[in-house]
Amino acid sequence: MLFSIAESFRSALQAIRAHGFRSFLTTLGIIIGVASVIAVVSVVQGLSYSINAEFENLGSNTLTISADTPIEDAMKGKIARITLRDYQDISNTITDINSITPTVFGFGRIREVKFGSQIETSQVIGTTATYRQVNSLYMDKGRFLTFDDNNKRRRVIVIGPSLIDSLELSDNPIGTFIQVGGEWFKIVGVTESKGKLFGFDQDNTAFMPFSTMRSLIGRQSTAPIQIQLSLSDLNSLNQVEENISRILRRNHRLAPDDVNDFKIQTPEQLRNSVNKIIDGITIVLGGIVSISLLVGGIGIMNIMLVSVTERTREIGICKAIGAKRHHILLQFLIEAVVLSVLGGVVGIIIGYGLGIAASAMIPNFPPAAVPFWAITLAFCFSAAVGVLFGIIPAAKAANLKPIDALRYE
Amino acid sequence: MPLIQLKSISKHYTMGAQTVRALNNITLNILENEYIAFIGASGSGKSTMMNILGCLDTPTYGDYCLNDNNVATLEESALADIRNKEIGFIFQSFNLLPRATALSNVMQPLIYRGVSLKDRKKLATEALNKVNLTDRMNHLPNELSGGQRQRVAIARALVTKPSILLADEPTGNLDSQTSIEIMKLFDQLHNEGQTIVMVTHENDIAAHCQRIVRMQDGTIIEDSHAV
Repeated sequence: MLFSIAESFRSALQAIRAHGFRSFLTTLGIIIGVASVIAVVSVVQGLSYSINAEFENLGSNTLTISADTPIEDAMKGKIARITLRDYQDISNTITDINSITPTVFGFGRIREVKFGSQIETSQVIGTTATYRQVNSLYMDKGRFLTFDDNNKRRRVIVIGPSLIDSLELSDNPIGTFIQVGGEWFKIVGVTESKGKLFGFDQDNTAFMPFSTMRSLIGRQSTAPIQIQLSLSDLNSLNQVEENISRILRRNHRLAPDDVNDFKIQTPEQLRNSVNKIIDGITIVLGGIVSISLLVGGIGIMNIMLVSVTERTREIGICKAIGAKRHHILLQFLIEAVVLSVLGGVVGIIIGYGLGIAASAMIPNFPPAAVPFWAITLAFCFSAAVGVLFGIIPAAKAANLKPIDALRYE
Repeated sequence: MPLIQLKSISKHYTMGAQTVRALNNITLNILENEYIAFIGASGSGKSTMMNILGCLDTPTYGDYCLNDNNVATLEESALADIRNKEIGFIFQSFNLLPRATALSNVMQPLIYRGVSLKDRKKLATEALNKVNLTDRMNHLPNELSGGQRQRVAIARALVTKPSILLADEPTGNLDSQTSIEIMKLFDQLHNEGQTIVMVTHENDIAAHCQRIVRMQDGTIIEDSHAV
C-alpha cells in the first residue's frame, strides 16, 4: 500500500508538471480561497491580540457598575440611572474596596473643548483622584485631580496628550486656560499616552473634578454616573457583587421579581464579551471566504474530470498491463490532493502576506497574527477539498473497463 | 498440459434488442512455445478472441484455463493480476504512455507488481536491450519512429516475463520494411521459447507463425495444426 502511494505520488507529480500552466490555474481557486481565509483570520486575530493586551492593563480586580435599562422599562420610557446616592451608599457600606471612583461623562456642549480658535470634541470625564489608581493611568506632566479639587469644585482639568496637538497648545500646557462647555478651566496635568483601541483615540480625553462636572451638567440628582472600584481582595468578588446588588436594588426600589436595572462588570467579563464578538466575526468572515475554497474545490474536480476523460486511453493501457482499481484510484486522488495542498501552502503564504499588508495599510491597526490552528486548519481543509473533489473523478477513472478505455479515441 | 485451454467459449453482446454472437462455442488448446496466428476479416471475432485470451474481457459462457487456472470466472482485480504476470500485450497502435520515456514505459508494469525503482530500472534496461533500443530509452514515444515505438511496446510486454505474448495486429501501423524487422523480432523470441499469439488479417504476417487459425463469424473455420 505504501509502495502504491509512493508510486502514485511520483506519477501525480509527473502529471502535474506535464500540465504546468493548467495545474497552476486549477490550484488558483484554492490559492485564492486559502489566502483570503488566512488574510481575514490574521487581521481579525491581530485585532483580538491587541485588545486582549489592552485588557491586561486594566487589572482583573476592577469592577464597573453602570446603569442597564431593562428592555421593558425602556419601552415605557423609563431610563435607569446610577445616582450619586448609589455611589455614596456603596462607598460607605462596602468593605474590601481598595479604591472607588465615580465617573460622569460629559455630553452635548460639555464635550466641546476650546482653545483660541481651535475646537475639539473629546471625551470629557468628571471623576475623582482615585480614578487614576483604578484605571492604571499615569501622568506625563503635572498632576492628576486631587480630593481637594473635588471638594472645592475647582475648575481644573487634566488632558490627554492628543488634545495638545489638536488644540495647538504649547508642549508644556500646564497653567494654560482652556474652555469646556463654555467655562474656563486651568490645565493642571497631561496624562501619558494610552494609544488607540479600535481606532478610537484614548488620548483624546479630558478629566475634571466630579463635583465640577456635576455642577456643569446642572440637574444633579439625575445625572447618570458610572462607578469603578478596585477590590483589595479578589476572593471577595462574589460577596462584593452581591452586596452592591443589594444596595442598588434597595435604592432603586426594585420589587423582588424585577430584573436588575444596572450591571456589574469585571474586565474579565468585558474581555469575554469582546472576544465573543471577535470570534463571531472570525467565524462569519471565515465562513464567507470559505465559500471560495468550495469554488476552488469544484474547479479541481472539473479539471480532474477533464483529465480523466483525456487520459482514458492511458488508463486503459495501465489496466491492460496490470493496474488494479486502487492503483488508478490512488493516482488520480493523490493528484487532486497534491494540487489542492500545493494551493493551500501557497495560499497560506500569500494570505499571511496580505494580512500583514492589510494591517500595515490601515492606520493604527494592530499587526496581523496568524494562529497555528488557522494554518493547520487551512492545510487540512485544502487536503480535504482535494480528497472530497478528487474522489469522484478518481472513482470514475478507476471504474473504467479496460477494454472500453483502450478503445476510447 | 496445454498452456491455454478454451472450452466452449462464447461471447455475446447485447446491442439494443439484438444479441451479437462475437464468439460462438469455441474450443481450442494452445501449447507452450506455440507461435499461433488468428486470422480473419473484421467482424470475424478475432479481436474478441484476443480480449478474452488477454483477460481484458470475460466470456459469456465457457471455461478458459490459463496455466491450469480457470480465469473465466475471476473478478476484475484478480484478472489485473493475471494480465500483469501471465500476459504481455502488444497493440496495433503501440499504446505507450505519451508522457513517459521509453524506459518509464517499460518499467510501468513492474510498478503494479511492487518492484523497487532500482530493480525496475535494471529489468527494463535488460528488456530494452533485448529489442535493441538501449540507446533510445530516455526518449519520449513521440520522439521515436513507429518501429521503435513497437519495440518499446514489445520490451514492455517482455519485462514481466509473461507466459504468453499477445500481439494484436502488431504491424498494422508500420511500413513493410519495419514490419519485417518486427516480425523477425517475434521469430527470434519464439526461438527463445516464448509462446506468441497473434491476431492479424494479413496472410504474409500469419505466414511467420507455425499454426494458423482462420476465423469467420465467431467460429473457427480452419486450424492448421490443431492440438
